Parts: sequence; C-alpha cells; structure tokens
Amino acid sequence: MAQGVLAYVEHRSGELKKAARETLGEGKRCATTLGTSLTAVIAGNNVEGLTAAIHEAGADRILVVSHPSLEEATTDGTGRAVVAAIKEADPALILFAATAEGKDIAPYVASALDAGLATDCVGLTIDGDSFTAKRPVFAGKSLINVKPVDLPLVASLRPNVFPVLSEPQTGSPEVVNLPFDDSHASRLRIKETKAVAADKVELTEASIVVSGGRGLQAPENFGLIEGLADALGAAVGASRAIVDAGWRPHEEQVGQTGKTVSPQVYIACGISGAIQHLAGMSTSQTIIAINKDQEAPIFGIATYGLVGDALEVIPALTAAVKAAKEG
Amino acid sequence: MHQVVCIKRVPDTETKVKIGSDGKSIDLSSVKYDISPYDEIALAAAVELKEKHGGEITLLTLGPGEAQKELRKCLAMGADRAVILKDDNPFRDPASTSTMLASYLSTVTFDLLYFGNKAVDSDGSQVGIRVAQKLDLPVISLATRIEVNDKEVTAHREIEGGEQVVAADLPCVITAQKGLSEPRHASLKGIMAAKKKPLEEIDIEATGEKLEIVSMETPPARTEGRIVGEGVEAVPELVRVLKEELKIL
Repeated sequence: MAQGVLAYVEHRSGELKKAARETLGEGKRCATTLGTSLTAVIAGNNVEGLTAAIHEAGADRILVVSHPSLEEATTDGTGRAVVAAIKEADPALILFAATAEGKDIAPYVASALDAGLATDCVGLTIDGDSFTAKRPVFAGKSLINVKPVDLPLVASLRPNVFPVLSEPQTGSPEVVNLPFDDSHASRLRIKETKAVAADKVELTEASIVVSGGRGLQAPENFGLIEGLADALGAAVGASRAIVDAGWRPHEEQVGQTGKTVSPQVYIACGISGAIQHLAGMSTSQTIIAINKDQEAPIFGIATYGLVGDALEVIPALTAAVKAAKEG
Repeated sequence: MHQVVCIKRVPDTETKVKIGSDGKSIDLSSVKYDISPYDEIALAAAVELKEKHGGEITLLTLGPGEAQKELRKCLAMGADRAVILKDDNPFRDPASTSTMLASYLSTVTFDLLYFGNKAVDSDGSQVGIRVAQKLDLPVISLATRIEVNDKEVTAHREIEGGEQVVAADLPCVITAQKGLSEPRHASLKGIMAAKKKPLEEIDIEATGEKLEIVSMETPPARTEGRIVGEGVEAVPELVRVLKEELKIL
C-alpha cells in the first residue's frame, strides 16, 4: 500500500534551488498532515554534500543517486533514476517543482508509474487520505480541482506559491545511497550546454520580476528595464510583442506562449496587458503597472498603478530605488 | 522520412471561459477553436525538414470528428495526410490521452514524432514526454532548432537559464518550443490541394483516466488596485510602497 510523501530535489551549481526548498516545505506539511514522513530524491553527480540542506528544508529520509552520467538532468536518464528510487519508497504523493526541469521529468516519471500528474499546481489539500490538487487552465481564466483515481498522485508545484519551512529542521536525516543502473542512462547525447551566469536570477523562480513591453518604443531602451531589475535584484521579463519583434530572446517572454511566473512583486512597464500576457503573470502576489495609457487592461489587475511614460518614469524610479537602498 | 505531428484543437485564446452547469467543465457551446500554437510551430518545423529531406507528414489528432476543420488547415500548410482517433471527451486526462496515442503510434513506423511542448487549453505539458516513455523512444523537449543528418537528429533545446545542444538516434520524439520554426500560412493552392488529401477517422478504445475533475472555479478576483499617481511626480510614492508596504527595499 502506497504511503508517505516523496519530493524530487532540484539543484544547481552545488546548491538547492529555491523551488526545491518550496517543494520540500510543502512535502513536509503534507507528510505531517498524513502522519507520515517525507522522503527526498536527489540525482546528479557528486551531490552527497547537499543532504544536510535537504534535511533542513524538510526531508526525513534522503535517497541519493550520484553518477557521472547524471551530471546534467535529462528527461529519460534522470527520469529513470527517479523511478528506480521511487520504487524503493512506494509513496502515495510525489512532488516536483513546476520548473522547466520539473515539467520535463515529472511526466516521464508519472508515465512510468502509470500515475496521474497535476501540472503547475497552486494548491494541494489533503482530507483524510484523499488528495485534491488545484491548477490553472485556459490561460489562468479558470482553476480546476482534480483528484487521483488511484495512487500515487504526481504533482508539480508552481514556484513562489508554496512557502519554504519557516524554521530549518534540526536533527539528522537517514541517507540512503542508491546505485545507478547504467542501462538507465539518457539516450540523448549532450554536445554542449550554454548556461548563463550563475548569479543571474532565474525568471520563473525570482521573487521580483521587472518586465518590459512595446511602451519602451525601441529595443535599445530595454536597458532601462535591466537597470531597474539590477537595482531591485529582480529577474527580467518581456512581453510577446517585443519578443516577436526580435528585441528580446524568447526565454524572457512571460505569457501563454512563454514563461509562467508568480513572483512576490511583478512590475509591468509599458505592457498593455493582453490576455496572452496575463496568462503568464496573473498569480503574482503584487502587480505594479507603469503605462501611459490609463485605459490599458493591465491596470485592471494591477495592485498599484502609475500612469506615465515608462521612458521617463523608469530612470527616475531606478535612481530612487538605488538611493533608498543606500540610505 | 516519415514525420508524424500530433495536433490538438483548443479554444481560441480570446474565448471567454464559462463554467458549465455541472460545475466541472466549461460550456463549449459558443467556443471557437484553433490549432494549439506550439503544435502549429511543430508542423512548420516538420514542413521545413520535408522540404530539405523529402518524405511525408502525417497529422494525428485525438478528438471529435469536428477536428477535421483544423486538420484541413494543417494539410493546407504542407502535411500529406491526417488521422483522427475519435474521442468525444474534450477534458480527457493526459495520462489517458497518452496511452491512447501511444497505442495507435505503436502500429506506425516514423522517424520523427512531434508534439507542442504544451497545449494552451489544459496547460498540462505532459503528453509528448509520456508518449515517448510509453514507446521507449528518446525525447528532446523544448526544442528550438532541429537538423536531421542520416539517422541522427541534432537539436537545440531551451533549459533553465540557458541552452543545450543534444543529439539522438531516429526515431525520436520532439516537443516544440517557440523559435523552432515560424507557423506557416496556407496558400490558396495549398487550401485547394488539402481538400483532396486523405483524412481518416479511426475508432479507438478509450483508456482509463488517472485524474478526475472534481470542480472548476473562477480565480478569486484581485483586490481593487490603486493608482499611485501620474508621471515622474508619482515615483516617490511608488518607492514608499516598495519600501513600506511591500518591504522589498
């Protein structure tokens, strides 16, 4: 009989990702409600050193699969390693972060286990031994509540929605090193990985996002967005209009055909707020809109609005933010 | 080279979503449909490769007979034939969709099998990867560029904070990310030719679902916003909000 909760732990540059700590935090809360324990799975190369951090973030038991061929996460290679680990634990609930990596590995794992997968959940409730997952559909215009027909349930959690544990867990975890079966290695041959600077804030996980749109008028003005983002320690986003126009790369696009973000604060500069854009950011906790058109739809969902030309307002705002931080 | 492109018709993005009287579905009576945008990108990529390497493109849809309309549009964009696996459940769980598609695809020989990385109605991001797992094929997800050389596919793919270049043996599954290709417009000649291209409807046994929709709801309304002011003069008030109300400075 499946029981217990299992969380897949993402890491980068030798550290747990923030989304991983959120997954572990929610996993621990679910395990406590169910009166059971939280098992974490970490896969990678030389990742044994992360067990203390994984324990602090909520795991009671940690399954470690460490092997050179897991150096980079792959859909099938990491997927098979995680499936093998899950068979050790037989959990009722399996959690991933709904990051690019989580959205890649979770479907592979769910398929191998013949299990249902609720993608990009914004809520998870447990009533007795029954789970309900809440997730946005139709570009965020509706939310559906789904229940698994049988267990386990696999769910990926939208970053920045579920809190990390308020206090690091003390004590020491049970750590189990699992072998990696060579036949599980990915069938992709990785030729090259071009990663951006490790200190750059990832868009989907950032607590603050500053996005720019057509109101910036010309590609060279996007530097204003980067300047404000730097001053705030924020990640940079872009509207579809300026990505389609070739001003910015697609990886920065926020919206239905781009990334979904849910930061603490989202600052939309010169973005009108088409439904296609709202789909990618409408669950942000606070939305600040800067737009010269008072009638722009973005003001309809903004928490705070400033009516003005982004080209004039952003430099003044950036200077004032810097001054406030120094003061 | 035989390429198969899986197509889903989805409610148009501008569609107003009205929850049905059962409280767990949407009222589809006034919905306008379109091809899911990532599927359109996948098809355009397949057409580009066909222009270089020859061969045929088959479209595959799990859905109702009405999907003929969207498939004819895809045929006009350069595909050669289409298959509808008939299904009348518009809210089918991705686990079930995947096993049904995989069961049909296990009878087909192909070199490349494409999916959009997600369908923009259910936003599940899972069917392509699940089908690859079921068929035990390599999968390149979030592909932004592909080339085929003999029996190998090389692709660029988007990863968090960067890009990866990978290669795999054919047959291989690709999930399309924006940038892989530009969606095509059908020419008048294409539209005329599409009318004569074969479109087959096949009955398929529905497989069990793994998730049950319990209810559907409208997202909670956001609290009424506040305009802090106009122009540069409002910047000090906005900074005060960032500092005192949002506590991010």
